Amino acid sequence: MSLTVTTHPEAVAQRGLPRFFSDMLVVTERNLIALVRLPQSLFFSSIQPIMFVLLFRYVFGGAITVPGRAYVDYLMPGIFVQTVAFGSIGTAIGLAEDLQKGLIERFRSLPMARSAVLAGRTSADLVRNIGVLILITVVGLLVGFRIQAGIWAFLGGLLLILIFAYALSWGFSIIGLLAPNTETAQVMSFPLLFPLTFASSAFVPVQSMPGWLQGFANNQPFSILVDAMRALSNGGPTSAYVIRALVWSIGILVVLAPYAASRFRRSF
Amino acid sequence: MAFAIEAEGLVKEFKGGIRAVDGLSLQVEAGTVFGLLGPNGAGKTTVVRILTTVFLPDSGRASVLGHDIVADAETVRANIGLAGQFAAVDENLTGLENLRMIGQLTRLGRRQAIARANDLLQLFELTDAAKRIAKTYSGGMRRRLDLAAALLHSPSVLFLDEPTTGLDPYSRQSLWGVIEELVNEGTTVLLTTQYLEEADRLAKVIAVVDRGKVIAEGTPTELKATLGATVIDLEMSSTDQADRVSTLLIEKTGKQARLVGASVKLPLEHGPSQVRELLQILEVAGLMPEHLNLREPSLDDVFLTLTGHMAEASTEGGRK
Ligand SMILES: Nc1ncnc2c1ncn2[C@@H]1O[C@H](COP(=O)(O)OP(=O)(O)OP(=O)(O)O)[C@@H](O)[C@H]1O
Ligand SMILES: [Mg+2]
Repeated sequence: MSLTVTTHPEAVAQRGLPRFFSDMLVVTERNLIALVRLPQSLFFSSIQPIMFVLLFRYVFGGAITVPGRAYVDYLMPGIFVQTVAFGSIGTAIGLAEDLQKGLIERFRSLPMARSAVLAGRTSADLVRNIGVLILITVVGLLVGFRIQAGIWAFLGGLLLILIFAYALSWGFSIIGLLAPNTETAQVMSFPLLFPLTFASSAFVPVQSMPGWLQGFANNQPFSILVDAMRALSNGGPTSAYVIRALVWSIGILVVLAPYAASRFRRSF
Repeated sequence: MAFAIEAEGLVKEFKGGIRAVDGLSLQVEAGTVFGLLGPNGAGKTTVVRILTTVFLPDSGRASVLGHDIVADAETVRANIGLAGQFAAVDENLTGLENLRMIGQLTRLGRRQAIARANDLLQLFELTDAAKRIAKTYSGGMRRRLDLAAALLHSPSVLFLDEPTTGLDPYSRQSLWGVIEELVNEGTTVLLTTQYLEEADRLAKVIAVVDRGKVIAEGTPTELKATLGATVIDLEMSSTDQADRVSTLLIEKTGKQARLVGASVKLPLEHGPSQVRELLQILEVAGLMPEHLNLREPSLDDVFLTLTGHMAEASTEGGRK
């Protein structure tokens, strides 16, 4: 069998956007294959959020009262945000693993668009989030969640969450690049996620928290996203919430994505 | 252009002040195999990573096929293949998917990537495992898959970092055959190895690297000639005796012998004529060897004399 061409015509490097998009798709596909094949990643992205729905709906929910609506309607917007937020740990772990296994080293020696490594990772996570949000919506509907603001407002809300999740993925990719291994990536992610998820309006009204916590809980981005989603599914005025949520998401994206990309380029 | 790879004064320092590469220079003639030989931590992998544009050097310059590895890294990447020291295999993909992905990323196009992947899977005897997830592969199979990945786009310059570590003797032989065939077709290969036999058999020129510098360079024959024509092995009855012989030789001849277990190895610049003198010294001291053996120097002797480290310790090669 012939191993190579007998003469070696020198290969010319390709550049530009077509290469970037083609490489991004290849890396995205590869990450999605891994997602489907890995039982633990399927667990984290689907079973875990379902358990949170059931936990808050049937275990804690009875003890929590919220003004003016059923707790399940209050809860679900919080669950949506919590789910994509916890999911972004997967971005950090996935990248840390690729670094640890030497895959990034190989990628860096290939004539591919280097930025496609991060873009392919965050795109795969975006696809995963779309699937998970659909799943959680169905589970929510099964346990009594009702969309009062209309289907288009609700879908708009999911879109808002997806944009936010995409921005978060870029942010957590920085942790993946900094962490020496997957365990550390996980350990570094939780202290960030816990206060943002639980000291927020996701599960209980902020008014029930001590005064010193309310300032943070009212103004941090997770609460803002939850409030926007709540308005878009429970009804009520929306535009102020939506604008604030978009500003946060785009703000996170334009600051952290370039930073992640430059870290990726420089960290060797 | 005669040189496929040129490097001059490469330096790479890691955080914590470790100078992994410390002013290293080399030149590799196109269409030949160049061997980098050195003990653990000598900086071989770091050099390979710099030349394959994975790391940026702190200073110095290098080029591949005349293209600067920093300024024109894109062209360099389009023309090189890398099989790193630790097989970079995606464990969640099958063998075929791994190669298809790398093929697409090296600009082959999906169809062409699959065709080429199947050829290479056959060459490395992985066809039966092509549709299995790489997680289920043995160490040697991963290694072969990784080597196949380096060959996907038929690169004209190939970097192989310890390519045969972890391969069984049969696979090693067949990889040597592949490398020889590639070189016959005009490929330039830079390989690092812990196996002197491998460097001896494949490499036209060998550079011995220690502490980030090239400390000796030449053809295998030239390197062996630096030790003189002959090496004598003195097999003593115990390591204790061997120690005493070594001390005695420094005292009487000023020469540092090498100890491997109970055997003492000493290069003789003036050939067998020195044997009588040597045996007299030993007889007077009552330290006669149980056996002795006169032979040509091996690359092993060169390597150990130059680096002063033990070969046994360098073969383990732990992960960083
Ligand atoms: N990413 C890194 N960060 C910090 N130090 C490093 C890194 N990579 C290598 N080193 C250090 O640089 C030195 C050279 O390492 P390198 O891996 O290049 O050696 P080597 O010759 O390939 O060794 P081996 O035969 O064990 O593979 C070592 O001291 C190593 O600890
Ligand atoms: Mg090495």
